[in-house]
Formats: sequence, structure tokens, C-alpha cells
Amino acid sequence: MKNRPPAAIEQSIQRAPKRSTSSRATKNSTFHAICIATAAVSVAILIVLLASILIQGVPSLSLGLILNPPDDQASQAGIWPAMWGTIWVCGLCGLMTLPIGVATAILIEEFPPRTRIGQYFHGLIQLNISNLAGVPSIVYGILGLTAFVTMFGLFSDPKNPNASLEFGANTYYQFMSEGDRSIMIPVAGPDAPRPTLVDQMPAYDFEQNPIRINVIEPGDPYPDDESVLAYTIFSDSEGGPVPKTSWYYFRLPFGRGVLAGALTLMLVILPIVIISSQESLRSVPSSLRAGALGLGATPWQVIWHVTLPSAIPGIMTGSILSMSRAIGEAAPLLIISGVVFIRQAPSNLMDDFTVMPLQIFNWAGRPQEDFQDIAGAAIILLLIVLLSFNAVAVLIRQKLQKPLS
Amino acid sequence: MQDNASSPDQEPASRIQGDVDLSKTPAAIEVANLNSWYGSFQALHDISLRIPAKHVTALIGPSGCGKSTLLRWINRMNDTIPTARATGTAKMGDLDLLSRSTDVVDLRRRIGIVFQKPNPFPKTIFENVAFGPKLHMRCTRSQLQDVVQWALRKAAVWDEVKDRLHAPALGLSGGQQQRLCIARAIAVGPEVLLMDEPCSALDPASTLAIEDLIYELRKQYTIIIVTHNMQQAGRCSDQTAFFYEGRLVEAGATKQVFTNPQCKETEDYVTGKFG
Repeated sequence: MKNRPPAAIEQSIQRAPKRSTSSRATKNSTFHAICIATAAVSVAILIVLLASILIQGVPSLSLGLILNPPDDQASQAGIWPAMWGTIWVCGLCGLMTLPIGVATAILIEEFPPRTRIGQYFHGLIQLNISNLAGVPSIVYGILGLTAFVTMFGLFSDPKNPNASLEFGANTYYQFMSEGDRSIMIPVAGPDAPRPTLVDQMPAYDFEQNPIRINVIEPGDPYPDDESVLAYTIFSDSEGGPVPKTSWYYFRLPFGRGVLAGALTLMLVILPIVIISSQESLRSVPSSLRAGALGLGATPWQVIWHVTLPSAIPGIMTGSILSMSRAIGEAAPLLIISGVVFIRQAPSNLMDDFTVMPLQIFNWAGRPQEDFQDIAGAAIILLLIVLLSFNAVAVLIRQKLQKPLS
Repeated sequence: MQDNASSPDQEPASRIQGDVDLSKTPAAIEVANLNSWYGSFQALHDISLRIPAKHVTALIGPSGCGKSTLLRWINRMNDTIPTARATGTAKMGDLDLLSRSTDVVDLRRRIGIVFQKPNPFPKTIFENVAFGPKLHMRCTRSQLQDVVQWALRKAAVWDEVKDRLHAPALGLSGGQQQRLCIARAIAVGPEVLLMDEPCSALDPASTLAIEDLIYELRKQYTIIIVTHNMQQAGRCSDQTAFFYEGRLVEAGATKQVFTNPQCKETEDYVTGKFG
């Protein structure tokens, strides 16, 4: 800037044309109107979307749609397994993502690096998170397939779907009772010999509940009591080995199960959770941290008693948004779960699963109009599941947020 | 200097006689040849200062002269600034305040700090004062109540808050918040209290209340106060240190610094010719 005499400056300032008050007021009101219009457009889109879904879906809503497994007949088809799949996968995903995401954000925001190596490390983490936030979710599906489903073939031959390390898998010898019920006798393994049937020996029904069996010799009369007959069996009955998994079944690699799906979804939403947690930690005034440090609090005490309580509302808001994303995500789970026909809700972490968006995708892609209609109804159910997840998160947020500011 | 503590009508300015021989009182903190940098900027040049125990030391000087930096080295709040470093010594008894191996957490328990802007936590009044004791001790509810009441009485804010201990601290007025912060600081039982311009965000009435409080607290605590207010330094300190551009220009009994300064800059500053 040139150094000019004060008189010249004063003159040039006075020569500057005045902005008229009325034109500024017009600009202000125009901008206000544009804001209202754009807000109205987004609300209108939402209303049209909801209305079209409701019109198409509500007539097909029925208890059967909620409680039935999928079927070739649209009138018989339901979303029960997919709904439980969504609850398992997204619930597990939220439980894993929140602690990992918040802990990462705390590391970056609350423990500034002191050494040069530490600075590089922090920079590397930050760069990674920013990059991961922009990766298309189907890429995570492929990553999840190698990292979680097959685990790079570390524990088994990737071409062999059978797990090599497992825990909680049971083999049963299955017989049919005279009352047409399954009787399962635990045996050591798939190659174990047929067990000898003994009266009152430990046995299980098909759902793996313990039962008492009544063994009779060939030629003996049937018992009169119906409930005894249900578990009555001839000592020379024929049967065969069947594998069954318990609720704590665990294996390596994870296979196409609930856990692999949840871990993959975790990768999808982790960057969002970390970035929003970072933002809300950053918005906690540093004077509060200084106040706590000045009282002799350790950095951990500052975080636990001061920073986190103030940041929790923001962290929960970010988590709610990312959970909504996870619930609606279909692409990565399509790769993880594979296109399979699932008729049962998952019963353990390694169980096959499908989720609601996949089921909707499947139905919406069929030519029959009936399936289009139940797809619309399933979308309504998906929205209900989504809103109930969010409601839980909002409740937690309100519980943690003390009205003290 | 205790003679007129009982007469409330006394003008605060005349409370501290200023003719005590500070060199004969034991030192709480001794700073020697302290140099300090933020990155490549040297904020303090070769500071040596003796802080007498159970007296008030005022640090005065224009903005950016390094008085807050000195304060922040004494309880190591500068540790939160990655680029800050210091050479020289600062000792409290045998404890080296600047050593890397010093337990900073225990140090800050012994040397409390009150900041320029009142910064109560977004918790209740009770929780604010109980925060410090809970960090350091496992005390029962009744012990905690005793400590809170004691600290609030000590900070002269008990009468105003005793009926709403479980109300949000942020609902208090600025002056009450600042006294609450002082209560919070003394609740952990410090020996030294650092005050970084504690009255600059407050109105004159609250300022006077805090000054009265400082006068009361000096019987028990060593107090170091940073202030921009000459009258305040004159009214409530025993020793005054004048800083200018990162150097300690002059330090001495407050009365002497204000009435008979040894350096030209000090005289210009305390008489209001600059700054």
C-alpha cells in the first residue's frame, strides 16, 4: 500500500458512492425469500417421498409381512429374518463403532503430539480418516470380504468354505421319535458312531432345548400319554449326524456372518463418527479444560469429567446420523452376505443373515406387481426400525445431557 | 498489617502498610534466570524473582510483557502449549517447578490458578467446588459437603449460594462465578494461589468483593496476581513486580514501587504516562 497524506485519504473516502439503504433492504429480503424457498423445496421432496411410499405400501402392510419369512408368493412373503438381520448387524455395528470412533477422536483432539514422530502419526491418522470418509461403500464391501469373511485365507483355504477354527459348534445324531419329533443326541463329531439309545439319557429337541426321552424295545406297546409319545423312540431306530451351532458359536475366519457384516458397516460409518466426534470435542471451550487441569486433574480426568460430558450431545448427533446411514446401506452387505435365501433370523454372530434394504432390493427388482407393493410396505417398516434406533439414541443423548448450561 | 482487618469501613488502599521487610519473610517460590520461548519468540528474558510466603505479589506491566507467561510457568499450565519451553529455575522449597520429572498433577494441586474469565464447569455449584477434592481424594458425601461449605465460606460466596447449591453454576453473576472459581481452587487445599487478571471481566462492586477476598486469603495463602489495574495492585499487594517487554524491570515492596520507583519506565507506567 502506498503511503498517502491523510487529507487525500479523507477525500477519497468521502468520494466513495453510498450504498442506498433501500437496495440493501431489497437484497436482504430477496435472500430471505430464497432461503425460505429452498427450505420449502426440501420439505416438499420429503413429503412427496413419504406420501408415495405410504400410498403404495400401506395397503400391503400386514402382520404377516412382519412375521413371515420371505416366500415365492408375495401374499405369503414377510421380512422377519431381514428385520432381525438389520437389528443384529446395525446394533452390533453401533456398539463397536461408538467406542472406537470416540476413542480415536479423543486421541487426535485431546492428546496433541509432542514429538516429530507423533506429529507424523497424527497427520497420518487424520489423512486416513478424511480419505476413508470419501470411499464408496461398495469398496468397503470388498475390503470386508477379504478382511473379515475370508481373513486373507490365514485360517483356512479361501476356496474351502468350511471354517478351520471354531468354537461352540455341536454335532448331534438326529432321530425321529414315534411322535414325529426330532431327537438330537450330542456326539463327538461328524464321524462319531451311532450312539446307543438309553432310557432317560440327555437329549435335545430341534431347537436344542433339553428333553427327556423314553426308549422302548421293538415290539413294546406305545405309551398312552401323547406328551410321552412325542419323545418315545425304539432302541434300534435309524438316524444320522447333523451339525448344529450354539448361540455362542464362534469361528475364524468369520465367514459370511452377522459379525463380518457388522464389522464392514463399522468401516463405512467409522470416519463419519470420528469426524463428528472431533468437531464436538473441538467445540468444548478450552477454558473448561484449563480450569480442570489447574485443579490438578490428569488429562484422563479432564476428558472423562469435563470434555466428554460437554461433547456428548454432539457426538450422539453424529452417531445417530451415521447409524441411519448404516441401516440403509445395502451395497457392502450384498457382497458380505451373498445373494442367499434366508428364512431364519440369525441365532449367533456367525450365522447367515440378510438385511431389510437387501430384501427390499430383492422384491423391488421382481417383475410381479405384488412384490413391488410389499417392497413399499417393507420400506415403511425399514423407516420404523430406523426411527426406533434413532429414538434410542436420542433418549441416551437426553439422559447424558444435563440441563446445566 | 493485621491491625485494621476488623474495621470494615477502612479504605482498602490503606489496609496493606507496605513497610514490612519482605526480604525477611520466608520465600514461597524462588524464580532464577528464567528464560521462556513460544516457538522462536522469546517471551521472558532472565527473570529472577522471590515470592514471599503468605503475602500478595502483584505482577504489572503492559499487555504482552510476559507476566501471564511467568504465572503459567509456575504451575506449568504452559505444558498445554506444545511449542513452549523454558530455561532457568523456579523452585518451591525443594521442588523444581520446571523439571520434566516433576509430578505436574500434584504441583497443580499445590499451586492453584484462577483465570481471567470465570470458567465454572457446566455443572451445579456444589459439583463445581466438589470437583477438585473428588479428583484427589476418596471422600464420603458428608466430608465433601464440609469441604464445599468451607471453601464457599472462605471465598465469601457461601451466603449468596447456600440456598441453591444444586442450581447450575452458569446461572450465577460474573462476580459470583469468579468467587466460585476461587472457592473451587482453594477446595483442593493449595499453598499458592495464582490469579490471572481475576477482575478484568467484572464490574467495580464485584472487583471490590474479590479484592476484599484476596486480603482475607493472604493470611493463609501465598498469592500471585496479574493485573492491569494500578489501583488494584496498590490496594491489595505487598510486593509489586513491573514487567516490560519480557524483562523484569523492577520488583519491590508495593509502597516503594508506587511512591519511589527506581526506574524511569516503572515511574511512567505507574503514574499512567504509558501502558
